[in-house]
Amino acid sequence: MKRTVPLLIGSVAGFVLIIAYFVPAAEGWGERVSIWFDVLASIAFILGGGNLLQAHLRKVRERRAGWAYSAVTVLAFAVTLWVGLAKVGVHPNPQFPDSSRWTGQYNEPGTPFWWIYEYAFVPLTATIFALLAFYVASAAFRAFRARNTEAALLLGTAFIILLGRTFAGVYLTSWLPDSLSGLRIENLCVEIMRVFATAGNRAIMIGVALGTAAVSLKILLGVDRSHLGSGED
Amino acid sequence: MYRFLRDLDRRWIFLLMLLAVAVPILLQSRFPETPSALSRAVFDQIERLQPGDRVLLAFDFDPASAGELGPMATSFTYHCAKKGLRLYFVALWPVGSQMIERTIQDVILQDFPELAYGQDYVNLGYKSGGEGVIKVILTDIRQLFTTDAQGTPVDQIPMLQDLATIRQMDLIVSISAGTPGTKEWVQYAVTPYPEDLRIVAGCTGVQAPLMYPYIPDQLPGLLGAIKGAAEYEELVTRAYGRGAVPGTYSEARRRMGPQLVAHVLMILLIVGGNAIYFAERRQGAR
Repeated sequence: MKRTVPLLIGSVAGFVLIIAYFVPAAEGWGERVSIWFDVLASIAFILGGGNLLQAHLRKVRERRAGWAYSAVTVLAFAVTLWVGLAKVGVHPNPQFPDSSRWTGQYNEPGTPFWWIYEYAFVPLTATIFALLAFYVASAAFRAFRARNTEAALLLGTAFIILLGRTFAGVYLTSWLPDSLSGLRIENLCVEIMRVFATAGNRAIMIGVALGTAAVSLKILLGVDRSHLGSGED
Repeated sequence: MYRFLRDLDRRWIFLLMLLAVAVPILLQSRFPETPSALSRAVFDQIERLQPGDRVLLAFDFDPASAGELGPMATSFTYHCAKKGLRLYFVALWPVGSQMIERTIQDVILQDFPELAYGQDYVNLGYKSGGEGVIKVILTDIRQLFTTDAQGTPVDQIPMLQDLATIRQMDLIVSISAGTPGTKEWVQYAVTPYPEDLRIVAGCTGVQAPLMYPYIPDQLPGLLGAIKGAAEYEELVTRAYGRGAVPGTYSEARRRMGPQLVAHVLMILLIVGGNAIYFAERRQGAR
């Protein structure tokens, strides 16, 4: 029962969406299923939050390696959730100045939620992303080697793209006459993206699409049930 | 020298990268931009619209990628506002709504104070569900968006009164850092309704190659990372006069300076690393 009902729900929803795509009269059904999906996606946030708390609290309780990071995660999660849901520090909606804070916006400037977003979330996520530049540079120095012909080709392509995405590419080959403009680095960069990258991506996309269609069909027909878990718990 | 390079501590590389980025910022280095065909196509798609036309701006990114996508979001909004288009902001990423708020603050409230909220622009905010949201609002926008981001019922917002579906949009502008993003807007919105909808996009550098297979039929124009944003900024500046476009709309071109030096440093590091590799191989062969 625990596996059959979810399987049935998944199969019916999947087939309805397929039918709705090909049969105009069934478009309404497809839309209904899509709305259910959007509602479920919202509920998934609650499940995700619960799962996050469960996993990290267990780690803290068992004092496993890195438990302090989990404690920080749980604390940050709890504080953010509290100030957002309780609308801490929110002013009443200007349209109803005599009402309570519940009529105001949780993220209005100056509120604790806004403060967390502006001064913790934004700089932290931007910093993590910016660190990539340092690690990529280090990795490029240590690992990007022309060990064979394929690696050498990749290396050459990387040079063209790196130069072509800046003014350096234009500057280095601007002396080439118009008849050879195709060899200018910025144009080579465009051609690599337009021809080679596109061809490779299309091949991958077609492969992925065929694989997705096959796996989807197996799931909808109940042949593949791995997404339902092991069923042991 | 060989030994120094072979045993180079990676902290020296970190320091070099820091200098490569910091020095051009401090020196305010600027380099000329030559717009590519794809950037020009993005510009042309917006330029061909008439005042009052509807544009859906999908902000599907977060602060992590704002460094790369923020300048193009700013320029898109400026260009559309300058053209007198009606702007409908929407987000499929949870913090996309905050990205919209920031852009409205920096562009519309700053430089277009005459535009009225609800009549000239509206922030519909974030909705969860990714491509599911796109599929639903293609047939009935009110099924999911009953209020705007501030909680105002859509029926009280003038520019939403006569809008039933996003198929009535004259253009979709997708700014995306991943999934859901441009790919989903192309696959689920534009591809099934090629007669009704057109889209242009701006995306991160790692995402750009994944978008190329949709060019030009499904996706006529694409801005790839900060380079694409800089080219687009250049086009907007050229079209609306250097004096007329405020300096805040040259952020992408300002960031091309650090990008140039960082890229050259990367090339030098790769060359240096390979020089060591081949020297070691030669020694091993002896």
